[in-house]
Amino acid sequence: MSGEAPTLAAVAAAPRRRRLPGGAAVWVAGLATALAAVAIPSLVSAFWLSACTAAAIYSLVAASAGLLYGRLGIVSLYQVALLGIGGWVALRLGTGTDVPFAWLMLAAGACTAVIAVLTGLPALRFGGLQLALITLMTAGAAEVLFLTVGFPNGGSGFLGIADSSHHPVPMRRPSLGDTNPAFFRYALVVVAILFLVYWLQGRSRSGRAWATIRESAEVARASGIDVVRNRLFALALTGFGTGIAGALLAASIRSLLPGSFSAAQSAILFVVVLVGGAYSLLGAVIAGALAQLLPSLFQELGLDGNLLTILFGVGLLVTFVAAPRGVAGQLKELAERFGRSG
Amino acid sequence: MIAVEGVSVRFGGVHALDDVSLRLGVGVTGLIGPNGAGKTTLLNVLSGFVRPLAGRVLADDGTDLLRMAPHRRARWGLRRSFQQERIVPRLSVRDHLRVTAEHMPDHDVAASVEIALERTGLAAVAERPAATIDQRQRRLLELGRAIVGRPRVILLDEPGAGLDPGETAELLELIKGLPAESGAAVVVIDHDMTLVRGCCTELAVLDFGRLLASGPLEQVFADPEVRAAYLGSSFEAGRAL
Repeated sequence: MSGEAPTLAAVAAAPRRRRLPGGAAVWVAGLATALAAVAIPSLVSAFWLSACTAAAIYSLVAASAGLLYGRLGIVSLYQVALLGIGGWVALRLGTGTDVPFAWLMLAAGACTAVIAVLTGLPALRFGGLQLALITLMTAGAAEVLFLTVGFPNGGSGFLGIADSSHHPVPMRRPSLGDTNPAFFRYALVVVAILFLVYWLQGRSRSGRAWATIRESAEVARASGIDVVRNRLFALALTGFGTGIAGALLAASIRSLLPGSFSAAQSAILFVVVLVGGAYSLLGAVIAGALAQLLPSLFQELGLDGNLLTILFGVGLLVTFVAAPRGVAGQLKELAERFGRSG
Repeated sequence: MIAVEGVSVRFGGVHALDDVSLRLGVGVTGLIGPNGAGKTTLLNVLSGFVRPLAGRVLADDGTDLLRMAPHRRARWGLRRSFQQERIVPRLSVRDHLRVTAEHMPDHDVAASVEIALERTGLAAVAERPAATIDQRQRRLLELGRAIVGRPRVILLDEPGAGLDPGETAELLELIKGLPAESGAAVVVIDHDMTLVRGCCTELAVLDFGRLLASGPLEQVFADPEVRAAYLGSSFEAGRAL
């Protein structure tokens, strides 16, 4: 074990190793995003461009759910409901005010973060099953609210719902993303920025604290980590990201339908996150693609979209049995094997 | 350093701790007793994971530790290790120590981590993911988490579990040096009397939740009640079991 312990001054004076900021994965991801932003709009049809935009937006929602589960062990079953809440706030501001789009996105993110925290607050001390059930019931309550109230469409009053005598006002887009290809790029940049924020969080003081909490809340507390505050921050951060995604979704399709934000959708999204890989941001990209590109493919092929629920169920079984880190984990293993053999 | 006063804990109808009073000063205090005597429960009370039915835990500065949340006790300087080490497989050894050091007030995080790495002898494996280190190194990492920063009270729950006699002897020397190096009060729970005798200056014996005896090591070892309840008649004072 130790010989003589070094003094504080001696250690502080010792030269420290310098590390390059970021890893190769970040540069590869940045390059891939830039390539996608340039290539996809010119290569695919309007139908598929719309699907790709939705996939990018849903990958942010998946990253939020994955962050909660993969880094902190929180099972969030209300992420699609939060997406709807972000969309609702964005539609209310976007169809009823002249607030610039960037501010509108931030407002949607902030409101969603507050709701995510308030609903999770009662169960934060417990985590686990209690928190999962509370998020599920919140998703159920949000579904009922969306169906009862509807989404704003340029009407007057607090709710902003137009009656049948008025034409609904479509959600406006940012000036930088007025056309579909431009909006795809805009959404991609916003999603990439939030991915970067999530990535940086994983390498920060709070990222290490979350990893410790995930392993054992008792060990974390014994290490001086405020477990409740960290869980609160996690809900706020991922709620913010999901709210931003809601604003992007509202701007992408110009209006939202209540049926798209059911509790079942939240549960299915969580399944897709596990299949894609909850422990990495690549997994979130895969989950976003599975959640939005597969339904479009089924639509193109004339297949019943409900079959996807069965497909995702089978995928979940395979994940549990053979690939606990999801498709992203499998890809990483493959890449490592390829690297070793090369 | 801290005074435990009249602490009682009940789990249903079982008295896990019954009016236990104990003073823990600078030095190494052994806490021994048969399985189910309440040793770990007492550590859990001190670190805030079990709320006692009655009693106080007072620091020298008058702070009642029972009024503080567990993470605040850790930041105050009350630190502990666990019977079963719980590591984060993907985090490096250094990051395990860093995550604790980062949450402690008023100290140089990097320097504290380096010191803990040196003291535990883990500097050579500092950058390795914790999943790849062996059992002995895991026990040392568990200990490192408890000593990094500026601890005032260090609670070690079976630190020698799973170690062979040679490794235990090394650990013993490390624990023995902690009070002088850090100025902390150290409490060690262990069934290994070689470890207890080798590093402790004070001893407290629990039996069925009651404090049977406490005081200087040899005096407690010589106590007939302690020998009857825990050590056994074959135990010889001055010799390890």
